[in-house]
Amino acid sequence: MTDAKPIFSLLGTTAALFEAPGPAMDLTRQQRIWALAKETQTWPEVREAVPGMNNLMLAFSTPPRDIAALRERLVSAWATASPMVLDGRVIELPVVYGGEGGPHMSDVVAHTGLSVDDIVALHSAPVYPVYALGSHPGYCYLGGMDERIATPRRQVPVLRIPGGSVSIGGFQTGVSASAGPSGWNTIGSTSMSFFDPELAMPALLQPGDSIRFRVEKVIR
Amino acid sequence: MIEVLSTGALNTVQDLGRDGCLRWGVGTAGAMDGLALAAGNLLLGNDTNCAAVEVQVFPFKVRFLANCDFALTGADCDARLDDTPLMPWATHGACAGQILTLNLPRLGALRRSRTYLCLPGGVDVPIVLNSRSTQLRGAFGGVGGRALRTGDRLHATTPACLEGRALGLVPPEVAMPLHLDGCPAMRVLPAAEYAQYTAASQSAFWSSEWKITPQSDRYGFRLAGEPLQAIAPLEMRSHGIVPGVIQVPPDGQPIVQMRDAQPTGGYPKMGTVIEADLWRLGQMPIGSRIRFMETSWEEALEALQQTQAWLADTKRQIQLHHDTRSAA
Repeated sequence: MTDAKPIFSLLGTTAALFEAPGPAMDLTRQQRIWALAKETQTWPEVREAVPGMNNLMLAFSTPPRDIAALRERLVSAWATASPMVLDGRVIELPVVYGGEGGPHMSDVVAHTGLSVDDIVALHSAPVYPVYALGSHPGYCYLGGMDERIATPRRQVPVLRIPGGSVSIGGFQTGVSASAGPSGWNTIGSTSMSFFDPELAMPALLQPGDSIRFRVEKVIR
Repeated sequence: MIEVLSTGALNTVQDLGRDGCLRWGVGTAGAMDGLALAAGNLLLGNDTNCAAVEVQVFPFKVRFLANCDFALTGADCDARLDDTPLMPWATHGACAGQILTLNLPRLGALRRSRTYLCLPGGVDVPIVLNSRSTQLRGAFGGVGGRALRTGDRLHATTPACLEGRALGLVPPEVAMPLHLDGCPAMRVLPAAEYAQYTAASQSAFWSSEWKITPQSDRYGFRLAGEPLQAIAPLEMRSHGIVPGVIQVPPDGQPIVQMRDAQPTGGYPKMGTVIEADLWRLGQMPIGSRIRFMETSWEEALEALQQTQAWLADTKRQIQLHHDTRSAA
């Protein structure tokens, strides 16, 4: 199933990071990450198992003395993890591409050599599965972006982008759920409430749900 | 109850942080100097996780609306109750109407940047998603999910007067100092991408001083120094990160994630300031210089035990003091 070894690394004594092997982002591999998260969440030294993009962070309740043993257990749990298929909802988001709400569109044009219209067409075509939540409350990491519009993260992060910003970071895309700093290239904007701390399930979307971007307007 | 008479822009209510919500994209927040918060709480007989006011922009001024004890820990900030100077790292008692002023922390080698104002039973704000800490990005927790403003009124959960039981502590930076060539040091465990930096950059990372730039806050400390160069450009998949992670954006100037850090990131990671030393970093002022010291998993666990032992010892001292007082 794999041709390379997973990578295990430390985040101080607070957490460990497990990165699944393989070159591109892959939904089947992500479904195995969800399965691995479900299993490791039951381990006594794990406070929280947090899926990332084809990777998994284990935040410790108490850091284990024998870290090599934890690593071995993780690697063998990964070897037997089968894809966990989650059937979720599809949420449609109207997007205004370019203009004030998409200040880095020109950087994506410069990097990819594509026109604004091409970028919008490629970005709005797929139904993007939610791989994981992270970054800030309610934010979704999406899989399935067309590689032709991949654009590296910015040299220096921007101190503040508004909520609803639709952006590209490397080969990933996503929508910010609230205002804050970001290292990604913002190409458009939408409005949707993604998070309510008063709810038992505070995030609007979960891994397994999907997002479709509908082109509301393109400002060239 | 206290009323805020004047405050800077970013003083907030914090406890030790919010656990268990990373999967929803919710970072931990919490006190930048968790050791000072825990010790301040112990001074008042509180649980270590009780919420307090974290003051990082001075001057900060409150009026007591009822008789109330309080404790001050963290940065020594020339605190005054009306005109009376107050000892740092100690409990005090205020009468209704008295005004507490926290001024700019004293200059000098031991200058620190954050003071904790602890109240009996903790600051009474609602628990949101397991914690009372202010989550600025999510706009919840603390007082309305925002920084304190003039006119805000804060209640102590269990107002109490410990009359005559005042006591002080030796600050942890005095009890557990850590320096390298005279420069404040933080121990670091190398992270996944460390090996992908040039030998010269790896060496500069450990051997040079890093200046904390003005673009540093509760989200992260942006450092300035010798730019760190990867052998080849790195474009990563987003993954979980924690406070203490030292990311390197393409410009080569590292950013240490602090308590308001995002729970995920995608920049390559040189290392992580170990949990046991995060309180040290959380107190370093803008403009100061720090050094990184390589450590091992075993040493990092030992360091964590050392801070826990310091807290346990502090708790014993306080108990002993109270027992002696009651016996007298």
